[in-house]
Order: sequence, then C-alpha cells, then structure tokens
Amino acid sequence: MGETATVLREEHIEFKKPNQLKEIWRRLKKDKLAMFGLIVILLIIVMAVCANFAADYEAVIKLNTKIRLQPPSTEHLFGTDSYGRDIFARCLYGARMSLAIGFFSAVLATVCGSLIGAMTGYIGGRLDSIIMRFLDIVSAIPSTLLALAVVAAMGSGVMKLCLALSFTAIPGFVRIVRSAVLGIADQEYIEACRAGGTSTWRILTRHILPNAIGPVIVQGTMEVSTMIRTIATLSFLGLGINPPTPEWGALISEAKEFLRTCPSMMLFPAGMLCLTAFSISVFGDGLRDALDPRLKS
Amino acid sequence: MNEALLEVKDLTVKYVTDLETVHAVNRISFSLGRGQTIGLVGETGAGKTTTALSIMRLLPERTGKVTGGEIRFAGQDLLAMPEHEMQAIRGEKIAMIFQDPMTSLNPVMTVGDQIAEALDLHNDQGRSREQIQERVDEVLSMVGIPPQRKSEYPHQFSGGMKQRVVIAIALACEPELLIADEPTTALDVTIQAQVISMIRELRDRLQTAMIMITHDLGIVAQTCDNVAVMYAGALIEIGSAEDIFLGGDHHPYTVGLFGSIPNLRSKAKRLTPIPGLMPDPTHLPEGCSFSPRCPHATEQCRTAPPAVYTRGSHRICCHLFADREGWKEDA
Repeated sequence: MGETATVLREEHIEFKKPNQLKEIWRRLKKDKLAMFGLIVILLIIVMAVCANFAADYEAVIKLNTKIRLQPPSTEHLFGTDSYGRDIFARCLYGARMSLAIGFFSAVLATVCGSLIGAMTGYIGGRLDSIIMRFLDIVSAIPSTLLALAVVAAMGSGVMKLCLALSFTAIPGFVRIVRSAVLGIADQEYIEACRAGGTSTWRILTRHILPNAIGPVIVQGTMEVSTMIRTIATLSFLGLGINPPTPEWGALISEAKEFLRTCPSMMLFPAGMLCLTAFSISVFGDGLRDALDPRLKS
Repeated sequence: MNEALLEVKDLTVKYVTDLETVHAVNRISFSLGRGQTIGLVGETGAGKTTTALSIMRLLPERTGKVTGGEIRFAGQDLLAMPEHEMQAIRGEKIAMIFQDPMTSLNPVMTVGDQIAEALDLHNDQGRSREQIQERVDEVLSMVGIPPQRKSEYPHQFSGGMKQRVVIAIALACEPELLIADEPTTALDVTIQAQVISMIRELRDRLQTAMIMITHDLGIVAQTCDNVAVMYAGALIEIGSAEDIFLGGDHHPYTVGLFGSIPNLRSKAKRLTPIPGLMPDPTHLPEGCSFSPRCPHATEQCRTAPPAVYTRGSHRICCHLFADREGWKEDA
C-alpha cells in the first residue's frame, strides 16, 4: 500500500450527514403560505380520492328535476344544479378528473420538456436551432388556441386532451431546462465524464438532468396549476370533457345560464378551481425558495 | 526504448471562429513508450491542454479542428476512429485527470457511484454489481481514502481528497495511458506533494504510461522520463529528463524558463524572467515564434522557421544549433 495510502487512514470520523430532503422540508415549513398551499392541495387530493365514500357516482349523474337549483342546505352542502344533481358530489368527482388530467399532463410535459431541453442545451448546434425555432413558432400561438387546434385535429378523449395540454406546455419547459443545462454543460465534471468515455445519452440523463432538477420540479409544480386551468377553459368552451362527466370547467359552463337565479351553482366549482390553482402556485413558489436557499435568506 | 504506445506526428490544431483563427498547436511530434512518462511543459496558452484534448478527441466540437498530422495509440489511428469506438477507448485505455478537482466531480452523485460508473461503462470483464462495489473499495483504498466514505458526496471532501477521488476514477479501469492536466495546480503545496508522490507510486505499480502537463518544473523533475517544452503551440525542445535538467545545450526559451525559477542554492536578489509576452496565436511571427523575446535572435530567426537539430535523444528547434558541434539537422 505504501506510505501515501496510510496518510488518510488514521481515523474515520462519522459525519452527520445533512439530509438534503430534510433540509428542503425544514426551509419549506418556514414558508407559511406554501404550507397553506400544500395542506389545501393534500385536502383536495384526499377529497378527490375519497369521492366515492362521500357520494355515489349515481347521485352525480342521475337527473332529479324535483330538487333542481336549490341553494346550499344541510342535505346538499353546495346546493343542486339545474338537473337536481348534488353540486358537492359533482365538485368532488370533478376534482378527480381535473387533478388527474392536470397531474398527468404536467408530468408528461415535464418529462418531454426536460429531455428536449437537455438535448438542445447539451448537444446544441443545428439540432438546437431547429428545435428552438420550432418551439418559437409553437409558443407564438396562444396556448388555449393551440390546445383547441390540437383537440380539433385529434378529436376529444381524455388521453388526447392530456397530450394536447402537455404539448402547449412543452416550449416553456424546454426553455427553462435548456438555460439550466447550458450552465451545467460547461462544468468540468461533464468534460471529465466525456473523458471517461460516457455516452451522450448517459451524460444527459445521469449527470446533467439530476443537476438541473431544481427548476424542473418547480416548473412542473406550477404547470399542474396551469394545466388544471387550461382544461377548465377547454371544458368551458365545450371541447374538453363531455357532459355528463363532471369536471370543474364543465360545471362552470353549465352554471353560466343560471348565474342570476342560482349563483351557488357557479360559485362552488369556480371557488374550488381558483383555490386549487392558487394553492399549487404558492406551493410552487415556496418550493423554489426552499430548493435554492440563495434566493431567500 | 520499448514499443511506442502513443505516437503523435506533426499534429496541428486550430481553433477557427468567424473572427479569427488561433494556431493552437503547430506540427508537434513526440512518442511515448509503455510505462513511460513524458512531461509537457510551457506557459499558459502554449497549447499543452489542446494537445491533450486532441489525443482524447475532446476538442470543442465547433471550433477546435485538427488540421494535420496523426495520433497513433497502440497502433491505431485515433483521429480516424469512429466516435463510438473512441468512447470505448476514453476512460478505459486513456484516462484523463483534470486541473480542478473542485469542479470535476458531479455534485449530486456519491463518489462511490461515480467510480462505479466508470467501471460499469467499461465492464469488459463482466463484473457483477458486487464485484464492482468491491473494486470501488479497492481503488478508494488505493488512493488512500477509507472505503466507508464512498457513500458521501463530493462537497464532503476536501480539495486534496477530491483529487484523490478523481485519480481513483481515472485509474479504476487501469488505463494504459493517463493524461494528467496540471493535476496539482489547484491544490495547496503540501497536498501537491502528497498527490504527486501518490500518482508516481500508482503509475509505477500499475505500469501506466503518463503525460504530465504542468508548468511546474519541479514536478517534471520528480516524475518524468522525458520532457517536452512547448512554446506558442510548437515543441521547441524535447529530450530525456537528463538532457533537459543536466545537459548544457538548450533552446533559449528553456534557458529562460529555468532562469525564472527561484533557486535556493544561488544567492540571487532577483529572478530573471523572460522579457515580453507570448506572441498572439492568431498572428504568429514568420520565423521562429520565440524570436521577438529571444536574446540571441538574428535576422535569420525573424524570417525563416528553424529546423530541428538532434543529438541522441535530445531535439531542439532553434537556428543557434545549425553549426554547433555534435548537433545534426533532422531530416
């Protein structure tokens, strides 16, 4: 082993490992607004998951015109709609739909966006120019219009809707990840990886993306809120989820004719939508600050 | 002289942008036998790192271009090799240690994982996961780091320890050639000595050939069999360590280089630095590139590029040796 090997042999001090996740959680806990957001999101998720315990799906679909347009009461917490269906139950089941689509399309956009972003940022050159110019064109079209166009081209359906939604979110994602990757690609450890014979794909997925994960997580979280709002917009316009399946945007759309006679029909789904979008946004903000301690003292 | 492991012949590298062309490396030739060490010495910007990157084929893609010459490694022409074959050579046959250990480790991977990755990439022996972990422990203790620390992250290590990890990664696959690009420049002097003696010891044990890039002549004297002095992208003098450190005949630049080192034995009040700066690599002088700073420069030096003169293993590229006794012009 020789003398050099013994130099550092003498003692092995047990270091108290500062756990990264714990540290982030500690910082996040200090942010009151973000914690509020997190609690609301968790509550809504729990409610959406447990929707079938609160009400039968039957109650959500079945028409009962005898009790139509009732104001909130103990029997119907949020009142009833124009067909006599319980709005509370419809909101809960609507949450399922909205959240599922929101999360799924946000994840889809995150994965595609970060891979494309990492590729354009790291490989660069002509690939970068082509992809970025294409995305410039895509992002020049208003996202709702773009989603409308994609839905119109592909037809409706939950899966296709998710694809359309994530498609609109990809350009923003690519830009964020690309700028993060450009900074990382210059680092010496990336050059060291290349000198070690690591393939481009492996450098991208194992070395560059993990180092760019901070902005990805934050943008991904924010994107869930955007997605939920966009899906509501589409449904409101009649291009999202078809009735009678409950979805927040669709509920709001149905309620617009009865805004004067029965405002509760509009108020509750719209309130749920706003609360969810707001909570996710503030949580995303808090998460960004927690992930990067340099942003806030 | 045993069979040459690496042979660089007339290598010329340019960095081309739309504004200017930088003549980074100009027709340099040297060869390196198995288990031997060559020192590449020169000022900052002399083209040492560019030479190393050309051997690794890691020049910046869009600007760096090898415009001439060849690099043969174990008989194969590296410059003509397809990229995927080159990837198999990098890290396995030729490994490189970078200058700054602070930034040459991935901050979000444990050091053990980073060593394991190198082994996993070049897993010719078909090691299993456990065998790879065993080998990780082995190389860590080889560089004097307790294997228990493999699950820690780079920020938990000091600079010297990080450089040991970098060396461990480079040597994990037992490469035939190790390129050390100023491996100790970013380290404290005390740590420098440790790291250098460790590199030397491991090189001797593993029989690795090495290119030691440095501007520290002390390190060269300690580690190298041969020394190549670079100036403005050209090899101006090359020879065995004895030729360079003990011989009397030198290129004026080498003389200047040695004059710039403080000597503990002689009582000099001031160092004698080489006056002037290195020429602008976008507009190299017509004749000898050192002529603007050379105390012996003649009219001939300013107009005609000098030939190479040899005596035994010693080669010097300077007009002064045209009719010096014992020196022959190289054909």
